[in-house]
Amino acid sequence: MADTLLSIRDLRLEGRAERGWVPILKGVDLDLKRGEVLGLIGESGAGKSTLGLAAMGYVRDGTRFAGGSVTFDGRDLLKLSPRERRRLRGNRIAYVAQSAAASFNPAHRLIDQYSEGPVIHGVMSKAQAEADARELYAKMRLPDPDRIGFRYPHQVSGGQLQRAMTAMAMASRPDLIVFDEPTTALDVTTQIEVLGAIRDIVAEFDTAAIYITHDLAVVAQMADRIKVIRHGEEVEEAPTREMLAAPREDYTRSLWAVREFRADPAPAPAPDEKPVLSVSHVTASYRTGPAVLQDVTFDIHPGRTLAVVGESGSGKSTAARVITGLLPPDGGEIRLGGEVLPPRLADRSREQLRRVQMIYQMADTALNPRQTLREIVGRPARFYRGLRGRDLDRDIRQLLEDVELDPDEFIDRYPGELSGGQKQRVGILRALAARPDVIICDEVTSALDQIVADGILRLLKRLQVEHGLSYMFITHDIATVRAIADHVVVMQNGHVVEQGPKAEMFAPPHAAYTDLLLSSVPEMDPDWLTRRRGEMRA
Amino acid sequence: MSPIVRMILGRLALGLLSLVLVSLVIFMAVELLPGDIAQEVLGQSATPETVAAFRAELGLDQAAPIRYVHWLGGVLTGDLGNSLATGRDIGSMIVDRFGKTLFLAGYAAAISVPLAVTLGILAALYRNSIFDRIVNVATLSSISFPEYFVAYILILLLSINTPVFPSIADFGRDPSLGDMLYRTFLPAMTLVLVVTAHMMRMTRASIINLMAQPYIEMARLKGVGPARVILRHALPNALAPIINVVALNLAYLITGVVIVEVVFVYPGLGQLMVDSVAKRDITVVQGCCLVFAGIYILLNLLADVLSIATNPQLLHRK
Repeated sequence: MADTLLSIRDLRLEGRAERGWVPILKGVDLDLKRGEVLGLIGESGAGKSTLGLAAMGYVRDGTRFAGGSVTFDGRDLLKLSPRERRRLRGNRIAYVAQSAAASFNPAHRLIDQYSEGPVIHGVMSKAQAEADARELYAKMRLPDPDRIGFRYPHQVSGGQLQRAMTAMAMASRPDLIVFDEPTTALDVTTQIEVLGAIRDIVAEFDTAAIYITHDLAVVAQMADRIKVIRHGEEVEEAPTREMLAAPREDYTRSLWAVREFRADPAPAPAPDEKPVLSVSHVTASYRTGPAVLQDVTFDIHPGRTLAVVGESGSGKSTAARVITGLLPPDGGEIRLGGEVLPPRLADRSREQLRRVQMIYQMADTALNPRQTLREIVGRPARFYRGLRGRDLDRDIRQLLEDVELDPDEFIDRYPGELSGGQKQRVGILRALAARPDVIICDEVTSALDQIVADGILRLLKRLQVEHGLSYMFITHDIATVRAIADHVVVMQNGHVVEQGPKAEMFAPPHAAYTDLLLSSVPEMDPDWLTRRRGEMRA
Repeated sequence: MSPIVRMILGRLALGLLSLVLVSLVIFMAVELLPGDIAQEVLGQSATPETVAAFRAELGLDQAAPIRYVHWLGGVLTGDLGNSLATGRDIGSMIVDRFGKTLFLAGYAAAISVPLAVTLGILAALYRNSIFDRIVNVATLSSISFPEYFVAYILILLLSINTPVFPSIADFGRDPSLGDMLYRTFLPAMTLVLVVTAHMMRMTRASIINLMAQPYIEMARLKGVGPARVILRHALPNALAPIINVVALNLAYLITGVVIVEVVFVYPGLGQLMVDSVAKRDITVVQGCCLVFAGIYILLNLLADVLSIATNPQLLHRK
């Protein structure tokens, strides 16, 4: 085919493991025409980022090409010298990374990073590149495009950085851009703007793109064709509408189905039922700066799940810090089972501490890598419940069985020997080992793939029923709220915007902000983004 | 007031406070020295009466807290007092000797800092290569030997076996710069060998630490070559730890030269301090210690300020 830009044939890649090299990509084919957008979808570890980088002839440290070819515009990238490959990167093939905040160099201004590529490749002079940057910043609808480039990355918001990075990738007008989960780290209302800007600029310059994501609804908006990857192999590939309408493979169908999980909602609390935890009129701030919580009030009822929804900066995590005593509030009070909790962690009794436990977003960093599961789970059981010796051992084993981890196999493992989903199960166990009344779950599924996250939600629901637990579920993900919440609190800028039972919250009329949040969640319909942006302009 | 100026003033105030605390520690430590100058000067045969009279003349008969307050008062007004042994003004004694010490430290720093940073960058660029290993082994061995050993080895090689450089670093009045550099070459080399390893290894480690950052991968994916990745993308972000370790070593070059000055009979501040300890000339010892402490505090303050000045996140607020 004359207009084929990129052609990958039987690409095999290996990664270094404890025992020699293990395959990561096991013979993948991929074709891309000029101006075409291919969506690459799969769970983490499926090899989709590796494949995206391989399309640039790039492998990360600890991985290597093991065979096959990557033909870009008639030349096999794997046969080129490192210098020749460098000449193509940032010039004819560009890359947009997942976290713009981490991928911009903190030491340099945005515009200097923009012009670096075109200047070292001799495409433009520094002055030309700077003039060009302003133009592209404007096209990406960045505020104040003439001056924003003279800021440092930390002075610009995440959504703006992601657009600045797309502009930077466009700097040399490449033939191909690899987008590696460019909106995964963004709030939904920001994501919709970035998606729109990316789609427009790719269309305007007729740039071909590989769009990597784990979010089906997002890929449905962006791609002409979708390729599903699993365990380093292709599952299936089809034009977007065809794939959405009629996925052929079971695995693809299971990806579709996970968004369908709905826990049975618990019955609404009786009017005279006492809440297990109540937050009333809480105002809080960090040492320097304005109030981050203003007059926040909500109740958590026994055996129910309260979802606290909001975007980053809305104060939802601060609310958790106030409840746990990490951040004493400036005003208001917190009651646990009717008694007022001392504001400071140090003033709370062990029994009060036991009753409120926490599960964190990043199980990776929340678990001590030098402790075995026996120590991690055993510590709260010993500290709060005084278990010792054989009783303690029996309890730890029982807990591991509770979350479907075989005690004989796992009890002496370290967190490093677990998968992401297994680590989060241990995070749940550690909270459960204290036999708490309330567990605060802070974005516990955000870092997980949809299928794994789905498993965690089901597990949490089952534990709730078995142990009569109450959850405060902090999340920015509306799908998670739909799946698990009984009662919903919507927060924005430290205020509670709206709250009520889930059924009411998802049915109109909404507060304006709730409406914006709900309508910004991507839908599987490929026309959703076009329609939604039309509505927003109207 | 800009936050940087406020920070500098705050640190200066803290530095002064530490200096006062250090002066107390110095005073007490010197008090613990056995014997005193009266016995040292008058010798074994002195009668108790003459010793007491001599002490009274020097003011040593007063209680320690009173002497401390008296001394501190003088220091705060810029008067370090007079030498017990010679009666000379300590301030002028120190200024002369301190100049010599600074010269030697500056000489060693002018060689070792660029050398260490360059070697560190090259080792990071060619990490795990033969070059990297040789540099690491060489610098590590030089740091592992005590400095008097390094000094005597250099003397043996370069002034006894092949007499190129003098083993005594004293120079008369008004020497030319070339002569000074020539005569202090061996002590400067000794110091270079001792401090380079630390700075070089920190430079290498700080840069390599950053190589796993996403912005380094981004730079590579923009087609940036390996040397530019390190110099333009890694080094600016590694400056804070490098500056700190350089400051620490500069402070060491000034305050840690005592042994090297003694070995090479170099008339610097360290030599003055050692002589004064032997003579129980405690006011001079106190003065020297205080100058050393002040240098330490000042250089660390400078490192803090520079670390902030090279960090856009602290320099340019949101």
